[in-house]
Amino acid sequence: MSAVATEPTHSHYESNEADNFLINSKGVLSWALTLDHKRIGLMYLVGVMSAFFVAGILALVLRTELMTPDQWFLTTQQYNQVFTLHGAIMVFLFIIPSVPAALGNFLVPVMLGAKDVAFPRLNLGSFYLWVAGAIFFLSAMLYTGLDTGWTFYTPYSTQTRGPVVAATMGVFILGFSSIFTGLNFIVTINTMRPPGMTWFKMPLFLWATYATAIIQVLATPVLGITVLLLAAERVFHIGIFDPAYNGDPVVFQHFFWFYSHPAVYIMILPAMGIISEVMSVHCHKSIFGYRFIAYSSIAIALFGFLVWGHHMFTSGMAEVTTIVFSALTFTVSIPSAIKVFNWLATMYKGTVQLTTPMCYALSFIFLFTIGGLTGLWLGALSTDRHLHDTYFVVAHFHYVMVGGTLVGFLSGVFHWWPKMTGKMFSEFWGIVSCWFVFVGFNLTFLPQFVMGSRGMPRRYARYVEEFQDLHQMSTVGAYLLGLGLFVALGVLLHSLRSGKKAPANPWGAATLEWQCSSPPPFYNFQSPPTVNEPYDYLPLVYRDADRGWEYVQQTTPAPKPVHV
Amino acid sequence: MSLFGIPLLLADKNATFWFPAKASTFAEDVDSLYMYIMWISAVFFALIVVAMVWFAIKYRRRPGYEGDSRALHNNALEIIWTVIPTMIVVWIFAKGVYGYMDMMRPPAETIDVNVTARKWNWTFQYPNGAISPELHVPINQASRMRMRSEDALHSLFIPAFRCKTDLVPGRVTYMWFKPILTGEYDLFCAEYCGDEHSNMITKVFVHEDADYQKWLAEAAKPPENPVAHGQWLYERMGCKACHSSEPDKKIVGPSFAGTYGTEQKMAGGKAVKVDENYIRESILEPQKKIREGYQNASLMPSFQGKLKDNEITALTLYIEALKDGQLTDDELGKNDDKAVAPK
Repeated sequence: MSAVATEPTHSHYESNEADNFLINSKGVLSWALTLDHKRIGLMYLVGVMSAFFVAGILALVLRTELMTPDQWFLTTQQYNQVFTLHGAIMVFLFIIPSVPAALGNFLVPVMLGAKDVAFPRLNLGSFYLWVAGAIFFLSAMLYTGLDTGWTFYTPYSTQTRGPVVAATMGVFILGFSSIFTGLNFIVTINTMRPPGMTWFKMPLFLWATYATAIIQVLATPVLGITVLLLAAERVFHIGIFDPAYNGDPVVFQHFFWFYSHPAVYIMILPAMGIISEVMSVHCHKSIFGYRFIAYSSIAIALFGFLVWGHHMFTSGMAEVTTIVFSALTFTVSIPSAIKVFNWLATMYKGTVQLTTPMCYALSFIFLFTIGGLTGLWLGALSTDRHLHDTYFVVAHFHYVMVGGTLVGFLSGVFHWWPKMTGKMFSEFWGIVSCWFVFVGFNLTFLPQFVMGSRGMPRRYARYVEEFQDLHQMSTVGAYLLGLGLFVALGVLLHSLRSGKKAPANPWGAATLEWQCSSPPPFYNFQSPPTVNEPYDYLPLVYRDADRGWEYVQQTTPAPKPVHV
Repeated sequence: MSLFGIPLLLADKNATFWFPAKASTFAEDVDSLYMYIMWISAVFFALIVVAMVWFAIKYRRRPGYEGDSRALHNNALEIIWTVIPTMIVVWIFAKGVYGYMDMMRPPAETIDVNVTARKWNWTFQYPNGAISPELHVPINQASRMRMRSEDALHSLFIPAFRCKTDLVPGRVTYMWFKPILTGEYDLFCAEYCGDEHSNMITKVFVHEDADYQKWLAEAAKPPENPVAHGQWLYERMGCKACHSSEPDKKIVGPSFAGTYGTEQKMAGGKAVKVDENYIRESILEPQKKIREGYQNASLMPSFQGKLKDNEITALTLYIEALKDGQLTDDELGKNDDKAVAPK
């Protein structure tokens, strides 16, 4: 390691410029075969953003078709194929790997002061599984057009002419990519925490990643089994799911949602972890209720396993089962509420800086709260009978998945962008993008709640005329949302070319990843960093825009938390 | 009615901004719980947003202001904001279960309607044997749907009645309701079922009792003229969902109009004449000969055992009558004094 030979620098903030992980080795192969978690994280970032771009364009195509109640430019079959592609790409190729695989890979080892994840080769392997799964999945879906929806409900999926077997194999491969990532994080966090970093001195992003990894490892194999059984059903007619061979289609729904409901928490928990970091750093205020936020992540991960039945309230499950699932569903709302209240309390008496990541984080709280509260209508059995499978549900889960996960992901990307690329972005245009996303998103999905309670069913290529006004509002909102996301992409790309050089610690954060230079050297830290309280801002001093925030030597021990 | 100056079309005068007409006994209960949750959520949401905006302004970074960065904890506060939401969701849960139990418990006396769903339409069969593609029910009497699906999952959803239940192939599922408002309401399929899912919609007619009885007696008698009988079956047995009766209009399968007597190319390259035998075979064994250009269309189910012999003949005559692309009153027997019985 060349760094060992260089003169020790006067502070661990600085490292040799040539060791920068982006340029320490050159050539395509140095990226393609890299074991550096930061490079793998960046490759994932490019991958998931490309997947998001494709699925986002498809969303705009769907919204455009829905401008008119009758056919405009898509036949019903084409519409069904496009919504299947939109949902499947968004879920399997974007949301599930977005935060854990892209940001998590970059951040977990650096936040731990470690050199890499526990199993770097497995990490690279999981990236290539993602690529292979993505190619398999996309080519299968494009070959003849999959039209089952991303849920593959039987018996439609055993009857349709679409390439169900190939697509499910793609999902199977992607599932293993997710399992390996989760496994890697569990082992890394368990075994590689630096001396002094006890569980309750871990940044909350790591708690969230840990909770997510547990779900990935425990739930994803069930999805693997389910899609294998589905393929066996289709090819060999073994008679598990298809009533034509004495199977029961509702069994498929149980199997599918046993994974796919916990998967909702794979999608949202890491975003919650990002918000915990961003709220604390940009309010320059120690996080309120650290232990409550940490425990609520674990509580969500555990309760998340017990609520899958609420996807099946109208499927004819036994009454007692239905009632029990309704009760369990409400339990999961409490830890989410606890998190929101603690984030708000973190702002109290802090120093709030409305940077781009902070604006996205506030936007997250606004949108996620709507997403969470609208879950109450769907958890309650009598209102769900009316709202199930309507646009109300579509709006609800988009508030959680887009308003929550996507906006949280953007908050995280902007927050750690200086660390990942070494460049500062334009705050002005970043905040402009946030406003467009916020206004566009609400205009898209608020009308859908009204459509849903008026009875507009989901997955409809054509609809009755009375819904046209609301559909048109929604479509205009989708264009605004799309515009906002393009602005965000432009801000990031522009910063790569002409952004100012980022200091090691531009925001004044106390977690370890801000102690190494921006971007970090390939070995992350020359010497093991000093472990501080992750949210203790007292020893940090702002120098200037070029040097950012720096640690000053503490002469007095850190003060004890204040009880109010 | 308008929202922010944008007019919102409301097809039904009984509909409100949030809901369709309250046309069944469930509507009041569902709507009131909906509005309770709305107000509870509005209060929480307002508190959260007001606090967020207020803190963002009051504690914003500015010259001369220094915030406190130290950790704050307050266990009493944590307990309060855990326990209060918990109590509220327990109440919502209980209200939801109460309404649900009502939906699961039909009264002793119901009018039972057999519902058959298939891709992509509905058939309703009444106690006197009448069948119809739309649902007809009397006001102020409980009706119970006995529901079966022939192929994929479907879900019977009547927004004006606030109820919905899936139809699962291989099982019978039930749903009941008691209409309290006469009129015509939408009936949707709410569970995705393939190509024409969004066209799997029909109407519910809520009649006064006398009108219902009259309609029921009328509906039990299929037309005697065989072509009219064929058309009657075409509308009720599910043919209409995939086969149009206009020339060259393709829905899923080939149009019925203008094909009888023509030579059609099959997927294998062979030409087959569309005659009585071909039509009969296509109804009973739909996959035996597939026409060129329809290899990738959704599979047609067999009607073996679902149509009687004279019904297949009636359908064949109907398709024959459509060979010039239209039906005349003469063909439908409307000018006959005495209708001809089916062959």
